[in-house]
Amino acid sequence: MLIQYTYVVSAVLFIYGLKELSSPATARRGNMISSVGMLLAVVAALLDRAVVDFQWIVLGIVIGAVIGGAAARLVQMTAMPEMVALFNGFGGLASLLIGWAALSADAETLTLITIVLSILIGGVTFTGSMVAYGKLSERIGSGATLFSGQQVVNSIIVLGILGSAVMFCTEPSSSMWLFIIIGLSLLFGVMAVIPIGGADMPVVISLLNSYSGLAACAAGFAVNNNILIVAGALVGASGIILTQIMCKAMNRSLANVLFSGFGSGKVETTKVEGEIKPISVEDAYYILEAASTVAIIPGYGMAVAQAQHVVKELAELLEKKGAEVSFGIHPVAGRMPGHMNVLLAEADVPYDQLLEMDEINPRMENVDVAIVIGANDVVNPAARENESSPIYGMPVINVDKARTVFVLKRSMASGFAGIENPLFYKDNTRMLFGDAKQSIGGLVKEFG
Amino acid sequence: MVPTEVFLTFILVLSIFLGFELINKVPSTLHTPLMSGANAISGICLVGAISLAGTGQHDLHHWLAVAAVALATINVVGGYLVTDRMLAMFKKKRG
Repeated sequence: MLIQYTYVVSAVLFIYGLKELSSPATARRGNMISSVGMLLAVVAALLDRAVVDFQWIVLGIVIGAVIGGAAARLVQMTAMPEMVALFNGFGGLASLLIGWAALSADAETLTLITIVLSILIGGVTFTGSMVAYGKLSERIGSGATLFSGQQVVNSIIVLGILGSAVMFCTEPSSSMWLFIIIGLSLLFGVMAVIPIGGADMPVVISLLNSYSGLAACAAGFAVNNNILIVAGALVGASGIILTQIMCKAMNRSLANVLFSGFGSGKVETTKVEGEIKPISVEDAYYILEAASTVAIIPGYGMAVAQAQHVVKELAELLEKKGAEVSFGIHPVAGRMPGHMNVLLAEADVPYDQLLEMDEINPRMENVDVAIVIGANDVVNPAARENESSPIYGMPVINVDKARTVFVLKRSMASGFAGIENPLFYKDNTRMLFGDAKQSIGGLVKEFG
Repeated sequence: MVPTEVFLTFILVLSIFLGFELINKVPSTLHTPLMSGANAISGICLVGAISLAGTGQHDLHHWLAVAAVALATINVVGGYLVTDRMLAMFKKKRG
């Protein structure tokens, strides 16, 4: 009884912790409150009279705490998407194991159904997240993997899962159906994520985040524990909202992201006119020195080049010269929601200097120099101008409206989506080729 | 007496609605810490895993639950610590 009330307190603390996350000023305290809620829940679970054997539990907790603690300390901020993907996967696997462990010979049909759900969602989340992790860390190719008949194969897997779930529920004593469900769930997770390309990762990682919560929910039903359901539902809702935001920022439906394998084999229809105008670091410096308003638009390239610290240095130098510097952050810049914000926060850029797309676009016409650092599709004017472009309709940051645009880029290769960018050919655009970190470093040196 | 499943479903539905309300208020600048924080909260599985791992029997199901304890703890500890590390970096403009 007391234990159940402790869970209520935990739930309140989780909810209050999330509420505090509505402002960066209170967010850190919110996270602490949430962790206190977790501690209470764990202590309550340990005090349960049904728990009589502690030694292995403690061992498990120690192993997990060491691994988790080390990972949290060592991970680089640029690698946060990989870490979140990995953690999503662990959550999924834990739910799968709980569902399996909760299975008993005398289980009722309803319990069996929740066990199947726990195993299914957990399994899909686990392997799906592992594939996402592989793609994000570039251990496997990050492109979309498509083959003919993919939909058919996937449909067969789904039917197989449904069929074996029914068989399992009618005949729970035979473990064959259980193993088939586990195997097919794991396979389905892989199949669901391989057709999704690198640029769509923000959507996938949000969705898997949501699944890891739903898996916890399902496990909660399987073991009849309401704190699992409350916490899992909160996580599930969070992931779904982020997924929606990401889809909206790409002007695509979730179904389109999940099934279409964007950017693989699409016909390029954007016609580009004009020529590329490269610029040297020195010339870029002269233009920047005269600028009074500067907007910096970072993308995944900034993360790859680890350029956030030198970008901050440049911003500071410009401000010292009296220029007004702001950062324009597109919702899908980077590989996960909020990726750029964390990198810039790491480099000590104050968060009130980071503007969302809707805030910075109306100001763009008054910007003297817009510096695009390793972003491509999120600043592509074809999304606004060219109805036949695959990204037409996607909201973008209108850097082409600034007086001058510097685009920092390694080479002329097109972005992740494989779409030509007419921005590079505009009259007011100058291309600063090379590694972003070195180019910005060069600019900083010119100022110094 | 209302069956437990109905009661649990009630909790589920209300929590989802509450979650939508709460998360919609999180600004986009905090979306990465939100996700890693969500990782930590989904480690609540730990509670379920503990109840299955401490029954005193040492069969296959016990070992599965112990593995789940370890995995869920990775999420809880790693998730909260990395979120805290990130949130500590968010600073307002001085002066």
